[in-house]
Amino acid sequence: MVRDLSLSRIRQGLRDKEFSSREITQAYLDRIEQLDPKLNSFTQAFRDSALAAADAADRRLAAGDARPLEGVPIAHKDILATTEGRTTCASRMLEHYRSPFDATVVARMAEAGAVVVGKTNMDELAMGSSNETSYFGPVTNPWGDNAVPGGSSGGSAAAVAARLASGATGTDTGGSIRQPAALCGITGLKPTYGRCSRYGLVAFASSLDQPGPMAQSAEDCAHMLGAMAGHDERDSTSVDRPVDDYVSGLEADLAGKVIGVPAEFFTEGLAPDVEKAVKAALDQYRELGAEIREIHLPHYPFAIPTYQVISAAEASSNLARFDGVRYTHRTADPENLIDMYESTRAEGFGAEVQRRVMVGTFVLSAGYFDAYYLKAQKVRTRIRDDFAQAFEEVDLIAGPTSPTAAFDIGEKSADPIAMYLSDLYTTAANLAGVPGISFPCGFADNGRPVGMHLMADFFREDLLLGAAHRYQQATDWHTRIPESV
Amino acid sequence: MALDRETTEQVAHLARLRLEPEQAADAAEDLSRVLDLIDQIEQVDTADVEPLAHPLDIAQPLRADEVTNEPDRERLQQSAPDVVEGYYRVPRSVE
Repeated sequence: MVRDLSLSRIRQGLRDKEFSSREITQAYLDRIEQLDPKLNSFTQAFRDSALAAADAADRRLAAGDARPLEGVPIAHKDILATTEGRTTCASRMLEHYRSPFDATVVARMAEAGAVVVGKTNMDELAMGSSNETSYFGPVTNPWGDNAVPGGSSGGSAAAVAARLASGATGTDTGGSIRQPAALCGITGLKPTYGRCSRYGLVAFASSLDQPGPMAQSAEDCAHMLGAMAGHDERDSTSVDRPVDDYVSGLEADLAGKVIGVPAEFFTEGLAPDVEKAVKAALDQYRELGAEIREIHLPHYPFAIPTYQVISAAEASSNLARFDGVRYTHRTADPENLIDMYESTRAEGFGAEVQRRVMVGTFVLSAGYFDAYYLKAQKVRTRIRDDFAQAFEEVDLIAGPTSPTAAFDIGEKSADPIAMYLSDLYTTAANLAGVPGISFPCGFADNGRPVGMHLMADFFREDLLLGAAHRYQQATDWHTRIPESV
Repeated sequence: MALDRETTEQVAHLARLRLEPEQAADAAEDLSRVLDLIDQIEQVDTADVEPLAHPLDIAQPLRADEVTNEPDRERLQQSAPDVVEGYYRVPRSVE
């Protein structure tokens, strides 16, 4: 019954008493049981607590006391701390970790009435672009038997695409919401840095990380973001600023809006079928009344190397806490304290996490700090200034989300550099702190989805959601469901 | 830049990651490839540019210095691998 329903449709149907939250929740739990053994998009399903929450929601709905997401079944990426179940980050290091507290976005969605059906698989500690670095094994993209779902929020993206949850949270450090959203044919939004609290988000790179919504449509994401966003005293980098009414903002008029298309985006490395779909979407925006204008973001080509330095440096510092003392995994029979640290971390972290911790340690080490870390922070200023200049003349910046559609499992896993380039178009938004959204705009030659990427100025999530919504009213790419599910 | 084997072993030690001697050469090559990618930032002119640590220009918020949570040692230590009477136990480090 839930296969053909969106989050917005379920939300309304619950309010209209068309069905109960228990019926909808049960339907999702059944689909997880039936389809997820193949997809591997969940690390755990919360059958008992989800049904209890659904019953509580049904009582509120019956009493006419419904909160914004009352009874709506969603999933959380397994990097967000939950007192229910485990918080594993898909790492052996945290395989058995139970959080003593809920992340703020988890608590806020619970307070908004959402029902949590489970937690989703991901690249280990959010490091990866294909979900192949998960300790619990790769996730399969429902759009292809052997296709990666993207990463790091690949489990959330695959779960939404396969209709195993009406929406899911993701986190985005360099593209980890938007790239998997593109590869799985769903809609995903990375908010402005500071719009959503990072409290309880297991830190990867603290100056880049941001939680956000992933769902079928911009309208669905608007409902989720309204519940997730807002200032939090427990995260001093969250911004004390009112949250927009994203749902009423969906009807934004695109007439007279200027969409900048950076010339730097359409260069070698962009697959022709992706380019074709994105250019067709730009034509659609012209028809909707927007003006398309070529612009330049001259430092965009340096976003990937800058991101690799800054994210690795911050990760090497953040991951120092995983020392075999406080969090679950410890090596057996260490010879001494140093051996305990070194063996625990070599066993607990996978190859990609160890690679990034090593790179981060190196770029912060004596003699190399200025040449790498400080230099990257200066290039980051250049990248942010390019955006500031662009947003003086355009409202939105558009392009592809990822240079290719979903690739095959194993295709890039042996070549970290090729994998890093999957984030070619997404990392700059994290470096600059601006919001970005990805939504489906067609299919590649191999039948796998293509994502369109829009970015806007700080705190203009309303504009991103409105622009995506207008496109989704004029097209039906976001309603396509993979045949495998 | 290319990292040699010795530097790679030193970085692994600084990062507290066990690197077996037979893995060191591969690790050095692997890290060197990543460094070749990040060396591209050298091409950017950053004279007179301030480094950016956080994307938003906001002042550090302050709050009253008040206790807002109660310590709950047992709950906080529930996932620790070796706890004795509220303390974390680790291998002896002082003889």
